[in-house]
Amino acid sequence: MSFDINFIGILIGAIMASSVPLILAACGELITERSGVLNLGVEGMMIIGAISGFALMVVTDNLFLAVMGSMLSGLIISIIFALLTQSLLTNHVATGLALTIFGIGMSAMIGKNFVGIPGKEFPLLFVNLKESVPFFGPIIFGHSIILYFAFLLPFLTNYFLKNTKVGLIVRAVGDSPTSASNQGINVLLVRYSCILYGGAMCGLAGAYLSLIYTPQWIENMTGGRGWIALALVVFATWSPIKVLIGALIFGGITILQLHMQAIGLRIPVQLLSALPYIMTIIVLVVISRDSRKIKLNTPTSLGQIFYKEK
Amino acid sequence: MEGLLIKVEKRNDVSTSIYFLTPVLAIFLTLIGGAIIFYVLGFNPIEALKFFFVTPISDLYGLSELLVKATPLCLIAIGLSFCFKSNNWNIGAEGQLIFGGIVGGGVALLFYGHDGFYVLPIIILSGAIGGMIFAMIPAILKTYFNTNEILVSLMLVYVAKLLLDYLVVGPWSNPEGFNFPETRQFSESARMPILFDGLRIHAGIFITLATVFLSWLILYKTYLGFQIKVSGLSLKTAKYAGYKGKTMIIIVFIISGACAGLAGVGEITGPIGQLHRNISPDYGFTAIIVAFLGRLNPVGIIFASLVVALTYLGAETAQIFLQVPKYTGQVFQGMILFFLLGSDYLLFFKIKFLGLRKNEL
Repeated sequence: MSFDINFIGILIGAIMASSVPLILAACGELITERSGVLNLGVEGMMIIGAISGFALMVVTDNLFLAVMGSMLSGLIISIIFALLTQSLLTNHVATGLALTIFGIGMSAMIGKNFVGIPGKEFPLLFVNLKESVPFFGPIIFGHSIILYFAFLLPFLTNYFLKNTKVGLIVRAVGDSPTSASNQGINVLLVRYSCILYGGAMCGLAGAYLSLIYTPQWIENMTGGRGWIALALVVFATWSPIKVLIGALIFGGITILQLHMQAIGLRIPVQLLSALPYIMTIIVLVVISRDSRKIKLNTPTSLGQIFYKEK
Repeated sequence: MEGLLIKVEKRNDVSTSIYFLTPVLAIFLTLIGGAIIFYVLGFNPIEALKFFFVTPISDLYGLSELLVKATPLCLIAIGLSFCFKSNNWNIGAEGQLIFGGIVGGGVALLFYGHDGFYVLPIIILSGAIGGMIFAMIPAILKTYFNTNEILVSLMLVYVAKLLLDYLVVGPWSNPEGFNFPETRQFSESARMPILFDGLRIHAGIFITLATVFLSWLILYKTYLGFQIKVSGLSLKTAKYAGYKGKTMIIIVFIISGACAGLAGVGEITGPIGQLHRNISPDYGFTAIIVAFLGRLNPVGIIFASLVVALTYLGAETAQIFLQVPKYTGQVFQGMILFFLLGSDYLLFFKIKFLGLRKNEL
């Protein structure tokens, strides 16, 4: 069997592409969770982003507007969550679930007239360089701008949380909203902002799916990626760099199972398709076994309702 | 303070009447929200709501269909109420339903062509055990490996769906079925008895009602139920009282898994009569809403399951008459939960109207 180094490069490029929605959604959710808010609506916000992006692309024929619109719609739907959990003090888990159910229903309603419409070609950068460098060409070049942004995002997020004052405030609010509030920090403002930012990133993740990865609208097309992104945040013990690593591993499993299906291994397709989900469970078990490590890294007030007596 | 019209005060006690009235308020607000959505979509909102909530149950067949849909919803929600009451977030009931259906369906296929009164009870029992086993996975991982039960139970939904898909396409597909992704039709002995000729309402409703009664007994009349409630209110108190937390987690998951499994087996032996790819229109997820809307109370859940079942029927009717997708039901279900959670604010806070006040500088 000949060993084609370029094929490996193309494979790695494909793995990178399939990890993009996970990176975007997980990095957004990571900021939300760092402020002490657990938003289980990732899947719902992603699917809303996916349909809004696609619908805007069809209606306006402008990809820039489509991408911006998907982020905006993810943000808008996350306002419902922010309003309920922060101002009306509802349970984070239940509200997030409601958001996912609502998002999936809403997206199918909006998407009814967009089924079967072919997508538009999304401009890829440095395509001419892709072939010129062996192995590294297909890894580094010929991707969409969103992919480059996604691979930068974990580092930006890390810098933001560790080295900026606002990042410090976000962490302080997540670890102890009461003392942050006593220091004069507007906890509600910080948490609202983090929730809306998370919504926008999930919207973008959805748009990547419907505009670039599988450029069309299919009902329920996020297919559990939002939940995997949520698992990734735990897997990464709330560290953005580890989110990147985790997303690449899951992207790898996804691509691997697709290739195994293509080769025609005598393993049932469904078992291969179940691999990413089974792997998520196994990885979660391995990571969570060390309960001290999880406790040390979890934002202390995660999922707790914060109420300030006025 | 400048021009405050209202003042919000924390309540010291939770009023029982408001506790059970807010779900009604939530349903009312959902109707208004639904009317707005229909208006935006270009329909006459009153007429659309009528198609959604009145037309489906205006005849006997419709009422029977309402009960057919409410039967699994109520059953699953009852099981989930045990989990939610004790702060265990089992959101994978859909997976447990499917796995219960798979195990029950497998046994039904095993008994293909057999007659005898014992066939159906064995199938039902194996379905319950299937759901139970599937729910044990997140429970054991949570208790012994500290793994987040929300994510594990949810991932298992996808695994169960793919397993079902594999079985009905592959080894269990009907040998005379021209490669359709479905199993044989179960024998008559493996089917839930139909209660009335011409209607689809089946004996599964008695399983649901029995479960409701049993769960009321457990929750309100036994020490176990007391333990479950206490550990939901305060884990510290439960630990102090010496309750075995781990055992309790496993027990509530077993109960809810068994209920979901029963719902699954009820569907395949009742209205469906075979295994195929879509044995459940997301009953397992919708039941979460039912559990909350029913305030995790057995009687409340009965009413809530009827209301939510109506959103399923309404979506089907609206799909026919208004050509809106059947997912409209999910939009309504999401809205109900939003409004319910939001109106809980009234439980914990008093809103006082102070009237107009002039700005004081």
